[in-house]
Amino acid sequence: MLGDDFSVKKIHTINRRMFIIGAAKFIIFSGIIVRLFSLQIKDNKKYSTLSDKNRLREWRLPPIRGEFLDYFDNVIAGNNRVYELHVIPEQVEDFRYLIVRLKEILNLTNNQFEKIIKQKNQQKPWETLIVSKNLTWEQFSKVNHYLYDLVGAKPVISVSRNYPYDESYTHVLGYVSEASENDILNNQSIKDNLVPGLKVGKTGLEKSFENQLIGTNGIQRYEVNAYGKRINQVDQIDGLKGNTIKLTLDTEIQKKSAELLRGMAGSINVMDIYTGDIIAMQSSPSFDPNLFIFGISQDDWQLIRNNPLKPLVNKSLSGLYSPGSTFKPMVALSALENNIITKNFKVNCTGKTEMYGQTYHCWKEKGHGVVNLKEAMKQSCDTYFYEIARKLGVDRLRETSIKFGLGDKVLDKTFNNEKKGLVPNTKWKKNNLGKGWVLGETLITGIGQGYIQTTPLQLCLMTAQLANGGFKIYPKITINEKDKTAVEIKELMNEGQDFLESFGNDQYTKLFDKKENIELIRNSMFASTNEIRGTSYSSRIEDPKYQFAGKTGTSQVKRITEAERELDLATKDIDYKNRDHALFIAFGPFKNPRYALSIVIEHGGSGSSVAAPLAKELFKLIIDRHDLREQAQTQKIINT
Amino acid sequence: MQINSLSSHSTLFQKLRNFDYILLFCILLLGLISSLSMYSTDGGEILFHTKSHIAKFLIFFFMMIFLSLFKINIWHYFSYLFYVVILFLLIWASIYGIKVSGSQRWIDLYFINLQPSELMKIAIIACLAKYYHRVQLREVNTFKHIFFSLIILILPILLVISQPDLGTSILIGLSGLVVMWLSGLNIKYFIYSFLTLLISMPFAISLLKPYQKLRILTFLNPDRDPLGAGYQIIQSKIAVGSGGFTGKGFLKGTQNYLEFLPEKHTDFIFTLFAEEYGFLGSLGLLLIYIIIIYRIIKIGSISRSYFAKIFCYGYASSIFFYISVNMSMVLGLLPIVGSPLPIMSYGGSSMLATMIGFAIVMSAKINHKQLIA
Repeated sequence: MLGDDFSVKKIHTINRRMFIIGAAKFIIFSGIIVRLFSLQIKDNKKYSTLSDKNRLREWRLPPIRGEFLDYFDNVIAGNNRVYELHVIPEQVEDFRYLIVRLKEILNLTNNQFEKIIKQKNQQKPWETLIVSKNLTWEQFSKVNHYLYDLVGAKPVISVSRNYPYDESYTHVLGYVSEASENDILNNQSIKDNLVPGLKVGKTGLEKSFENQLIGTNGIQRYEVNAYGKRINQVDQIDGLKGNTIKLTLDTEIQKKSAELLRGMAGSINVMDIYTGDIIAMQSSPSFDPNLFIFGISQDDWQLIRNNPLKPLVNKSLSGLYSPGSTFKPMVALSALENNIITKNFKVNCTGKTEMYGQTYHCWKEKGHGVVNLKEAMKQSCDTYFYEIARKLGVDRLRETSIKFGLGDKVLDKTFNNEKKGLVPNTKWKKNNLGKGWVLGETLITGIGQGYIQTTPLQLCLMTAQLANGGFKIYPKITINEKDKTAVEIKELMNEGQDFLESFGNDQYTKLFDKKENIELIRNSMFASTNEIRGTSYSSRIEDPKYQFAGKTGTSQVKRITEAERELDLATKDIDYKNRDHALFIAFGPFKNPRYALSIVIEHGGSGSSVAAPLAKELFKLIIDRHDLREQAQTQKIINT
Repeated sequence: MQINSLSSHSTLFQKLRNFDYILLFCILLLGLISSLSMYSTDGGEILFHTKSHIAKFLIFFFMMIFLSLFKINIWHYFSYLFYVVILFLLIWASIYGIKVSGSQRWIDLYFINLQPSELMKIAIIACLAKYYHRVQLREVNTFKHIFFSLIILILPILLVISQPDLGTSILIGLSGLVVMWLSGLNIKYFIYSFLTLLISMPFAISLLKPYQKLRILTFLNPDRDPLGAGYQIIQSKIAVGSGGFTGKGFLKGTQNYLEFLPEKHTDFIFTLFAEEYGFLGSLGLLLIYIIIIYRIIKIGSISRSYFAKIFCYGYASSIFFYISVNMSMVLGLLPIVGSPLPIMSYGGSSMLATMIGFAIVMSAKINHKQLIA
């Protein structure tokens, strides 16, 4: 049975067919090997990249914002360590328990608690839920202490903007807050560095210098698993910190200005008359910019918004005021320069003057009698200025005013909220109001009333340019390496005078025709403060080291009726919003001037009784700080 | 008869001496490699899968040695019974089985969840081998024999498809068909049925379950839904491809330990292996399998009984099918049908079935001179 043909044939068939299968196997295995080769060797690069893409994920870290320094290198806007508490809901076993526990430990209000719950419901379970952005040290250590019971809670140390001088610099620096949709749309560098919760400048220099301040993102690269959970950190690229920006401001003077303005609405500006350095720029009332960093509370916001003294307005740049008598130096200078009058020109002031049936009053009812220019400036005689304004005409007055910096932005594009103000002329009225200029309007422009509008900073610049002998300067608030020193600038100004009296230096242009005219104005301002019957005589400092020259101004916000004039009400008896603005401009020390200032107190009453006394206090400090400022300057030169 | 009685009285020592040690060595090597891979899937710790896999491997390996000592005619004798019992278990599973993610494949035996369809892969070969053992070559192509053998083949296929488990039923079908082919079934029947299959394909597709259709669509274009149905195959290709020539190294397969690999313990174990050991490792693994297949064929070729010969050839072919279907699947050459890689994949029933297969092969080796009446 074994040897039978069929059996042999059967075995033969089986073996033959097995051989065929074997061949098929060989082909198929070859196919698999080819496939392996193509995946693992030919396309290895592609798949390795894909594998890395799978496992590596980058996290962008918020950039560290550049700092602001004052003139003496004090940090006035820095970065603070803050303690945050994060929770990733996905990684928490019992979210309800955790959040209730946190509520107890952190003493969260019901309001805050609900906000967190709401936030949690809005986001994906694997996204970080920020329970708190700003834990106190006590809260932070408490959380760390109970961490064993708070599975899923992560205390995190982070940095955030901090303004150590609270309210002092609010209007200059502005504040930062979380980037809004508009911020992202309008600024490419915000877009490029965006991370959730990125804080960007909202107003002031924080906004203007955003691109320099923002810095760049750090990057942390993590290996993640298929569920996006971080397994371990692969590498870290530190971001670049934003540029540090140094300002010309002096914190002590800035603080003093804030103190002087406390409780009032107004502005104080102090400027170096040569370098154009803005040494103080204070607007009152202010508010604490730190409130905005973590999102201001509704209550705080309403308090700021509804304050009738308007804390949100930077009055130094955006406040527009009739300059009142502080404009008189311009009127006098313009009249002198245009040879309308000489220094001996006299007017008899009877307390009022009439023209075309209209009566124009001097502030002194009984009149000043016969006054020359110096006396008129000193006592701020309105009648005298009505008369010279009438002779001068508004168009020529405007020319001089514009030269000295009125009617244009002082800091160009540095602040987006700076106003230009208005210096009217006949053409302006025709174009904008469609009516012809009336002579009466020239008269009131002559005492800084009517259409004319100036910002406190413009008045400060005007004063500075009178004080330095009538030369154009370039106001600035930031310090750059190429800045010229006061000595260099002074030389440039003198150079211009020595060589070509009529041209001046092309950069620090001469703004006058005759040097005597400027001198006369300066002397008149000196008299106004330092001679008896001068309007700011009571605010004088006799010590020549501090002695300053000034000009008061009281600008009406409302036309006074004849009936009111009869009543002669005290300031406190008038409605707040109808009270006069008090103004004062000054420069000093008189013998060798270096600083100019302007003070505006909204609805403060008279310039001589409210604004000028502040100048007296401030000047002492400004001069006392002068040597330190010079030292810092020398130090800077040595360093570079 | 003398030879017969001689071998039936051979001592334990003689039997042990007749083992195919190359085959045994390859099996042990696979056991070691698979344990290391399992250790890797557990993230470099000896956790559940590793322990369980090693335990199963060792138990079933020694069971295989023990079962090898049975004479080949005993295997022959019990082949039908084996088949019937497994068929019964399949029915049992479809009635009382455990349902896991939509398919009812397992019977809870307390110490192990038994998957009878895996055992059927062996039983079908044994059963058909026995059937054709006695059929004369000239009678193979008669209606009667074709009919009976098809009944034997189709019953389990239907039961497994209804579980549903397309992968296993395909492998059972292939294993059965290869035995029929070896036994001399006329090639024209294969051609006819292949054509019929082609024609009925659209109809068959319409009968597929939605998830099965999805798998085919995904196979044709994995990028259709990269995070959904295509995820497995894309991640699998990334793992294999990123392994490169020498691989990322033991325990360094990032696709694995970062949990991008789906089903990494079971059907996709090769992906992990290829990621860690690269092209060289994959070739090595393939080589081990080729040696195993070669040894089995060799044993078949020296076996004197038809049963042993057909079984060995059939079993060698089905191991080849398991490997090629599994690898083609994870390499994106075939749709994902769910088939384990012998020994490498985690899973008790598959390991048990493979070991029973080896036991019969080993028994055939020991008793290769034995004839079965």
